[in-house]
Amino acid sequence: MPSLKDLRNRISSVKATQKITKAMQMVAAAKLRRAQSAAEAARPYAERMESVLANLASSVTAGGPPLLAGNGKDETHLLVVATAERGLCGAFNSSIVRLAREHIARLQDQGKTVKILCVGKKGFEQLRRQYERNIIEVIELRGVKQIGFDTADEIGKKIIRMFEEADFDVATLFFSRFKSVIAQIPTAQQLIPAQIPSNENAPAVEGPQASYEYEPGQDEILSTLLPRNISVQVFRALLENAASEQGARMSAMDNATRNAGDMIKKQTTIYNRSRQAMITKELIEIISGAEAL
Amino acid sequence: MAAFHFELVSPEKHLFSGEVESVVAPGADGQFTVLKDHAPVMTTLKAGVVTVSGGEGKVEKLFVRGGFADVNASGFTILAEQAIPLSEIDVAKVDADIRNAREDISDAKSDDARLAASDKLAQLQELRAAIGG
Repeated sequence: MPSLKDLRNRISSVKATQKITKAMQMVAAAKLRRAQSAAEAARPYAERMESVLANLASSVTAGGPPLLAGNGKDETHLLVVATAERGLCGAFNSSIVRLAREHIARLQDQGKTVKILCVGKKGFEQLRRQYERNIIEVIELRGVKQIGFDTADEIGKKIIRMFEEADFDVATLFFSRFKSVIAQIPTAQQLIPAQIPSNENAPAVEGPQASYEYEPGQDEILSTLLPRNISVQVFRALLENAASEQGARMSAMDNATRNAGDMIKKQTTIYNRSRQAMITKELIEIISGAEAL
Repeated sequence: MAAFHFELVSPEKHLFSGEVESVVAPGADGQFTVLKDHAPVMTTLKAGVVTVSGGEGKVEKLFVRGGFADVNASGFTILAEQAIPLSEIDVAKVDADIRNAREDISDAKSDDARLAASDKLAQLQELRAAIGG
């Protein structure tokens, strides 16, 4: 039976924890709003990019450049795993890592070489235990407050450089797509060779299509557009990730706050009961002492 | 004059969307103007000013730092690498950037670095000229 003092201490420590989780939840909510609007602001660009690319790719016949068609091999896979820099955000990090891990296991079963590029510290920490040898680089975004396009562009250029040096054949990006505050979907997306959405869903323009004019040339445009597309995909993934992270943290901290509330209620009941028991016991002692006289 | 749909998006922001009468854009092979029913064209852009005329004498000028332009039947779309409305540019900061770029050129150790730095300087000078003053 814990003493009254123990119970009091326990209650006050839970109360302190509750204050922290509550504050974290509110901070996450504020950050979420910003991250969400950033993610939404980036969507139109990515969508236009896709439609332009689809347009262009549909008119390319013979394979196209390696970034679009691949380099013909399927031996070495690069996995770009984008996670958060901080923990305490529910299952956010581990669900991305789980998806990546399943992917790695499948690739290794097929006898393929796997290389991992970690963006964000948490993913690295979780993957390190099992796949230390496969991790080739870790990019930390700790110092980055608001993810700008430049950050993503750097990562995109790095990936392309590695591709050109034939460090890998296929690149896949792992991140968490922001669906709503309570739902984030871990997603794997192939970067190289580029996956072009088929143009069939696009609204078909009636009548004969005028042929496009390209300036300077179709190939030149494609060869500048493709690397750019990769940076855009990375950028989008990072923004979606940022929004997902805050969403996940918000709901995790909400849960924690509620849990702490329940715990305080339970502990307070125990505290009051044992206090009352003590008083009753003392009274009985006094009364029976008086009777004995 | 007839209006058509124009959109200007950069990775970070959706800058312009709406019906306009004409758009002047800095194409890689020279400036070009798009009016309604322009033939489909796809081109890369270099750094320069996009002038949007929205009818009734409304003119908006934005600086873009390279990107792509796509003219098709549904309208005109610019995917800019970076775009800033001219009214929001800080002249003093641009001047400071130009000085920095000049120093970068003289400090550059390799040809590649020098090329990159002079590209940047050219872009900045383009921007500076666009603001005027």
